[in-house]
Amino acid sequence: MGNAQGIGAAVKRKEDRRFLVGRGQYTDDVTLPNQSYAVFVRSPYGHAKVNGVEAKAALAAPGVLAVLTGADVAADGLGGIPCGWLVKSKDGSPMVEPPHPALAQGKVRHVGDPVAMVIASTKAAAKAAAALVEVDYEPLPAVGLLANAIAPGAPQVWDEAPGNVCFDWHIGDPATTDAAFAKAAHVVELDLVNNRVAPNPMEPRAANGNFDGANDQYTLYTTSQNPHLTRLLLAAFTLKVPEHKLRVIAPDVGGGFGSKIFHYAEELLVLWASRRVGRPVKWTSDRMEAFLTDAHGRDHISNAKLALDANGKFLGLRVHTYAAMGAYLSTFAPAVPTYLYATLLSGPYDFPAIYAEVKAIFTNTVAVDAYRGAGRPEATYLLERLVEKAARQLGMDRVELRRKNLIRADQFPYQTQVALQYDIGDYQATLDLALEQADYAGYAARAAASKAKGKLRGFGMSTYIEACGIAPSALVGALGARAGLYEAANVRIHPTGSVTVFTGTHSHGQGHETTFAQLIADRLGVSTDQVEVVHGDTDRIPFGMGTYGSRSASVGGSAIVKALDKIVDKGKKIAAHLLEASVADIEFKDGQYRVVGTDRVKAFGEVAFAAYVPHNYPIETVEPGLEESAFYDPKNFTFPGGTHLVEVEIDPDTGVVEVASVTIADDVGVIINPMIVDGQAHGGLAQGIGQALLEEAVYDAEGQLTNGTYMGYCMPRAADLPNFKVGNHVTACTHNPLGIKGVGEVGAIGVPPAVINAVLDALAPLGVTDISMPATPEKVWRAIQAARAGKGA
Amino acid sequence: MKDFEFHRPASIKHAVALVAGTAGAKYLAGGQSLLPVMKLDLAEPTALVSLARLPGLADIRVDGGTVAIGALCTHDQVARSADVAKAIPALAELASHIGDAQVRNRGTLGGSVAHADPAADYPAAVLGLGATIVTDRGRHPADTYFKGLFETSLADGELVTAVHFPVPKRAAYAKFAHRASKYAVVGVFVAETAAGVRVAITGAGATVFRSAAMEAALTTSMTPGALDGITVPTDDLNADAEASAEYRAHLCVVMAKRAVAALR
Ligand SMILES: Cc1cc2nc3c(=O)[nH]c(=O)nc-3n(C[C@H](O)[C@H](O)[C@H](O)COP(=O)(O)OP(=O)(O)OC[C@H]3O[C@@H](n4cnc5c(N)ncnc54)[C@H](O)[C@@H]3O)c2cc1C
Repeated sequence: MGNAQGIGAAVKRKEDRRFLVGRGQYTDDVTLPNQSYAVFVRSPYGHAKVNGVEAKAALAAPGVLAVLTGADVAADGLGGIPCGWLVKSKDGSPMVEPPHPALAQGKVRHVGDPVAMVIASTKAAAKAAAALVEVDYEPLPAVGLLANAIAPGAPQVWDEAPGNVCFDWHIGDPATTDAAFAKAAHVVELDLVNNRVAPNPMEPRAANGNFDGANDQYTLYTTSQNPHLTRLLLAAFTLKVPEHKLRVIAPDVGGGFGSKIFHYAEELLVLWASRRVGRPVKWTSDRMEAFLTDAHGRDHISNAKLALDANGKFLGLRVHTYAAMGAYLSTFAPAVPTYLYATLLSGPYDFPAIYAEVKAIFTNTVAVDAYRGAGRPEATYLLERLVEKAARQLGMDRVELRRKNLIRADQFPYQTQVALQYDIGDYQATLDLALEQADYAGYAARAAASKAKGKLRGFGMSTYIEACGIAPSALVGALGARAGLYEAANVRIHPTGSVTVFTGTHSHGQGHETTFAQLIADRLGVSTDQVEVVHGDTDRIPFGMGTYGSRSASVGGSAIVKALDKIVDKGKKIAAHLLEASVADIEFKDGQYRVVGTDRVKAFGEVAFAAYVPHNYPIETVEPGLEESAFYDPKNFTFPGGTHLVEVEIDPDTGVVEVASVTIADDVGVIINPMIVDGQAHGGLAQGIGQALLEEAVYDAEGQLTNGTYMGYCMPRAADLPNFKVGNHVTACTHNPLGIKGVGEVGAIGVPPAVINAVLDALAPLGVTDISMPATPEKVWRAIQAARAGKGA
Repeated sequence: MKDFEFHRPASIKHAVALVAGTAGAKYLAGGQSLLPVMKLDLAEPTALVSLARLPGLADIRVDGGTVAIGALCTHDQVARSADVAKAIPALAELASHIGDAQVRNRGTLGGSVAHADPAADYPAAVLGLGATIVTDRGRHPADTYFKGLFETSLADGELVTAVHFPVPKRAAYAKFAHRASKYAVVGVFVAETAAGVRVAITGAGATVFRSAAMEAALTTSMTPGALDGITVPTDDLNADAEASAEYRAHLCVVMAKRAVAALR
């Protein structure tokens, strides 16, 4: 390592100071001169006709500037909220893509669907006036639950989607899969549900729109993970003004977990409303509004069958999944249960045949879209529950069954039966590392100790893989993406050698201001203090596709590195001139340009200075200045993977599951900052354990969200979690310049099945064979009661 | 939240007069129950009469066989009080498990007892110990104080000033907390008092109640095993997404056994 703050150093996070002293600047902190405030009138029904909106009383209320409705949206020609991904059904027909007006027109289709927007000079006035807006609803039959939406005769969310089917898609080869099952010695089958969860970033969504009529210029402050994408969608589809008239700023953002990727109606509406009322318009979601309007995650019902030969070798996999979309298609919604889910069904295993069918289903709920892991946790959960069941059914050791089927290190690159090609990995190594760190050999003694206390101990595992570093543009374009997924960077060296990096990724907790500064430190030999990382502003950054899918380091970091290569190369030409040597003889190392094999050097800062004060300079061939841009489009996805091991202790009297230990060994590729990487793993694990034991967004049949507050919806807290043991075994990604794979989602992907497998392992002696997420105390208690009753009978 | 008047009187008399004289006025103690419902517009008081400046309501006195705790004592104060821990360790323990640190730093005994939330913890101790609720105008014995869901024997505008807890021989509280809210899904307070064994259960029903069956069994034998075979009828028990009535009934017995095992 050329620099103590470079790649591999656990540098403390530069950005934390402002967060810890309360000086972060979040969207709601931005209050503009003459600010006004918006509050939305939202549907209390899952499905209803809107026969009329009476706003007279609201308009007459003090401080009210305007009450806007779907009719105004239509009159002003605002575009509907678009979907960013087109998936085609088996028969080649495009998915049903219903309209999504920013304010309801004629019908509402989920609780929280916005009907009217009240703008007033204070938030309190807007809120009071919103209560005076009278909406004439005519309730219609609604379908709040995926299980009901797929039943014959279910209420229709959209007339144009018979049976509520958005698309009926498939992947893999049915014939070879049928053949695999035909010759199987064992078939293991499992029905399972992946529970719906609400994203719950600490900062709720907010948007502040300002139209400057003098210059025809719009500025939007918004809680976004990808301001350029939001600008693109506003420009091309919804607001329909050109990009140069539109600035989108995503300042400090307090977490997103996927839910702040998408272009939401409120972002469009505050800009439009600002134009109408002639004042900036700010909207900030409250927590209950967040539960009702942030896109949720997961919500699958699946059937899976695994074919094995007599020795336990996997022969084939057949999967059928229903995936809820909610009432409207959110930005990436169709991609999640298809290209981010079914393509991962091979997991880390060598599967000769796979066939998966996915039906996307409309329900009268808020949209379902990407949530930390997005599709990959659903695939992992299905596969690892199924493999665990196979081990039990065949009487095979759970570790050995996995070991037998894991792709071997010498099989890479490995082409799966579901489109992906894994470039590299060493799944046996992460398995061994995890088992060793978890003292698997000592498990029996720990189980006995639990038993002595009257507790049931269980051990659960998952060996998983994920695809991230999203994504090769041409590939995703062929699969229906309506955008490219490359990344952009601009590196500006200042005359004194300090550096500003402009990145198109967006940090909302991930620590980019530190990690990217480390990349610069590593390459240029400067200290991280001399580097400023700028993100989240479309006027300052050339372009970018934002942060999600664990892409920032592997894709965004690679763009930065490409720009740095250009800087270093240009610097070589300048240094050659200054050192009176030929460019071919100049090497750059540890922040110095050197004539190879001599002690003739120029520090990077001297070269930078010369670039800006070009007195003694190769001016005929080299431009002054030192600033470079680069776009990087990845060649493939990256494929982190590993093994997650969980031990639980269950109180049989109450059904309470305590997570006794979590040990993971991941291969996330080359690690820039091990502290930040551990932190990402920790956060993902907390969310994964949350999904497995605590969290579920529960809609009722009519589409009412029954637990949309923190009195009912249980978020994981520190006391619910043990200290995590995190290990890493690195194989470097083969196709990006840094060898990075990605770590943002691994915890949420790998751990849920390990938790449930541990719960089932603990309960197996009682005869319990299945339990769904979240494994709440009552659910566990009931499973124990039912098993005991069954045994007694 | 609607606009409201705010008063901060310096005497009990003035506070009581303010609430009596203003339609829709409410006392404000720690605000941990009142402010959340105001934020949701579920309560819209016209005036808040803060108790913060009332003198003498935040003291804890142990006097012979009684622990007298002022209405404005916070949960944290009770949890950390050496006097309470010595006289009635179960009470200090109970206070230490209410909500979270923020709630314990603001929420008060008087507010909890006046509010009578069905899932609150203090009511279990008040009823389990046979305490007396002292007000600006009289005394209410625990056995007739809790009337139903958020209902007590307090008259309109009556101000709780203290709760007097008789010191038991032994007592313990066992709580099964709601995973999200941390309120009691079921909390059982068991006490061996001069007047006999008392078992009070909170969280399970519309308001805290005593279990005659458990008291009888424990009077015979103060052991967890004495509760074997006792079932709590589910008819009047709460049922919600966190716990069905059946599960709550089961937890009543489990938590009672745990309290018995923890008696001090
Ligand atoms: C997140 C959270 C978690 C919680 N968890 C728990 C828990 O686990 N267990 C638990 O028991 N409680 C819990 N609580 C409630 C908490 O203990 C409250 O503090 C308590 O219920 C009310 O006390 P207060 O001082 O905050 O009263 P306030 O909110 O100020 O008042 C409550 C009501 O009582 C009235 N009042 C207040 N003081 C008096 C008085 N002296 N005389 C007459 N009337 C009065 C008020 O007018 C109001 O109607 C929780 C609260 C929150 C916000």
